Amino acid sequence: MRPARLSAVAAATTVAALTAVTGCTEKGSSAGSDRVVEVTATDDKCEVSKKEFPAGHIELAVENKGSKVTEVYVLFPDDRIVTERENIGPGTKQTVTAEVKAGEYTIACKPGMKGDGIRQSVKATGGSAAKRDPRLDKAVAAYREYAQQQADETLPLAEKFAAAVKSGDVEAAKKAYAPSRLGWERTEPVAESFGDIDPKVDVREDGLEDGQDPATDWTGWHRLEKSLWKDKKIGDREKELADQLIKDLKDWQNRVGKAEITPTSMANGAKELLDEVATGKVTGEEERYSHTDLVDFKANVEGAEKAYELLKPVAQGNEPELVTELDKQFAALDGLLDKYRADKDSYEFTSYDKVGDADRKQLSDGVNALAEPLSKLAAAVVVK
Amino acid sequence: MTEPSEKTTSRRALLGWGGAGLALGAVAAGGAVAATRAGDDAAPAGADAGAAIPFHGKRQAGIATPVQDRLHFAAFDVRTEDRDAFVRMLKEWTEAARRMTAGHTVGDGAYGGLAEAPPDDTGEALGLKPSRLTLTIGFGPSFFDRFGEKFGIADARPEALTELPQFASDNLDRDRSGGDLCVQACADDPQVAVHAIRNLARIGFGKVVVRWSQLGFGKTSSTTPDAQTPRNLFGFKDGTRNIAGTETDRLDEFVWVGEKDGPDWMAGGSYLVARRIRMHIETWDRTSLQEQEDVFGRSKGEGAPVGRAKERDKPFLKAMMPDAHVRLAHPDSNGGATILRRGYSFTDGTDGLGRLDAGLFFLAYQRDPRTGFIRIQRNLAKDALNEYIQHVGSALFAVPPGVRDKDDWWGSTLFGKEA
Repeated sequence: MRPARLSAVAAATTVAALTAVTGCTEKGSSAGSDRVVEVTATDDKCEVSKKEFPAGHIELAVENKGSKVTEVYVLFPDDRIVTERENIGPGTKQTVTAEVKAGEYTIACKPGMKGDGIRQSVKATGGSAAKRDPRLDKAVAAYREYAQQQADETLPLAEKFAAAVKSGDVEAAKKAYAPSRLGWERTEPVAESFGDIDPKVDVREDGLEDGQDPATDWTGWHRLEKSLWKDKKIGDREKELADQLIKDLKDWQNRVGKAEITPTSMANGAKELLDEVATGKVTGEEERYSHTDLVDFKANVEGAEKAYELLKPVAQGNEPELVTELDKQFAALDGLLDKYRADKDSYEFTSYDKVGDADRKQLSDGVNALAEPLSKLAAAVVVK
Repeated sequence: MTEPSEKTTSRRALLGWGGAGLALGAVAAGGAVAATRAGDDAAPAGADAGAAIPFHGKRQAGIATPVQDRLHFAAFDVRTEDRDAFVRMLKEWTEAARRMTAGHTVGDGAYGGLAEAPPDDTGEALGLKPSRLTLTIGFGPSFFDRFGEKFGIADARPEALTELPQFASDNLDRDRSGGDLCVQACADDPQVAVHAIRNLARIGFGKVVVRWSQLGFGKTSSTTPDAQTPRNLFGFKDGTRNIAGTETDRLDEFVWVGEKDGPDWMAGGSYLVARRIRMHIETWDRTSLQEQEDVFGRSKGEGAPVGRAKERDKPFLKAMMPDAHVRLAHPDSNGGATILRRGYSFTDGTDGLGRLDAGLFFLAYQRDPRTGFIRIQRNLAKDALNEYIQHVGSALFAVPPGVRDKDDWWGSTLFGKEA
């Protein structure tokens, strides 16, 4: 998991990806005039040139006529972010493009880049967003099922962990900790797309936002990890947190099936899982007390590989060389990870504090070798 | 750094763009290059710090061409056993190097491509001039140890390419030493040099990994004697008698591998010794001026040899202390041996004791390290300067001849044109 201070942006990125949205601000957009919405932002107004536009590719031509730096969001009715543009300075113009399906949306300007913003309701009508490839629809459906299944399988494991915490059994809780996280780690980009669940269940102490008090506001797995491994004790607060974790994970379980998933978001999600490994697990930051980083590492790679396997038939047709390379690098990284567990069906990995610098570099090299071609997967499954 | 001048989001159009982009690039580079003719035996001018140094030539640029102000040097280890994949990467590197040295972006540029894909170029050099960027590749002894047989090039290993011996008072950090490959990126703008290494490293993922890299910020030697002789971090002029880019005879005698030296693939190339030399800055700074000048054998202000008036006066070695640095390093004390120095100062912040982690990143090119660096460094065992320095990193590379034209690539003489 990434620090929560970044998570708002991270969630935005993921959601943007999940809706096949391009947060692109480069020139050269091909949108026709009926697809251009002029947004005039001032310090107290957010005016839009039209409130209805055809579904599909849209372009927001934003001009900041106010005195404050502003940002502009396109939001789903439940406030999930479709796309956003930050840091639009006074007197400047920016273009934001997005791919939207038919439905209700909100355009919000946030002068001073604070608060809920000044909002306008808009509507995308008729049309279809993009050409559809039935193989990709199938891949999305299968991935949605996978995400749901991972959540469904996580709950009993998390309940086992919570029960051990609540019975005050430190050793049993430690044993149940890493397995309870596997399903989450495999599908984390989907969970992160909701924005609000990840900071409750998977935040690290350094990821708390300004003004959050670690004593009262820090919840979730890593808070309990610290109690179990560092403080080596379970008190009333930890027991409460165990219940809270289950409650939050049930929320995830209930919502995960409704997440916006697209082929692009699957591919980007796979890459993001490798990014999680590169920035959190390889450094040993994620599981700094339990040192179970390699378990998360494996789960992240498995989740990425699942998304890749589902997209592979399409990628194979568009970019056969990329598929060859990805097959090779997934196999290489899986092989490398196998060196850190006794048998291939076990999820008991070497404690990461026992993995030396040279071996960590080797793991890091393996992640880079896979993540670089994986970053090209999204483009290889774009419907043309 | 410039982008292709037209933007399109069509994938097919983008794929077709490479050729046109290159053609434009060639025209642009031709204009910017003006008087510089690097890689040739003729004198390279290139005084304009923003200009482009030609990438193609008989020799690789970055050796006898004028020394730029900044360095990013990277050593790589090879991680693929697939010869074809490795050669393909060398060709991709060459193409990227060709574009970057001309001041262009890598591939399809830094923006304007498919929104779903990461851009080919990382973008931080957009809007910057070519900045005399040179990119110079070399192959280390470990490359032949580990891949000589697998890649079918074991017989091509030069005799001269043997790990450097341990020298007196070496304290080498393995993690800052060696490497299967190296790329030396020199430019007048540090961002241009770092951009080049970053993009090559990115292209290399899955085939090669960075083993170590070093930034350098002030040239300590020049190959253009007309210019002011630069100073090292000890405050002394360095490289007064360095081999100049115009000294064709000395270059042929001491720097370039000759046609008959063998192996054939190295003819026109050179050998690069890289040494990370830590300077004990704080103790040096509290050393008396007299001792500082005795240690070097030159005056601090003018840089004149002991007993002489001017920097370029011929040194009278016997007037110097027996262990003076200039005396021991001088060709006359080494059977005539000399090398082309191209080093940079570095300061990697401070160490855990609050001391500057600074020194000289020594780079030297020579026809044969056995009669060049090794010969001279052995003679420096008694150097008075050793009290103030420590060699902490070391590497040796065989630097092949230049990339001749747009169809040629780095390593083609080693792997064979048709590889």
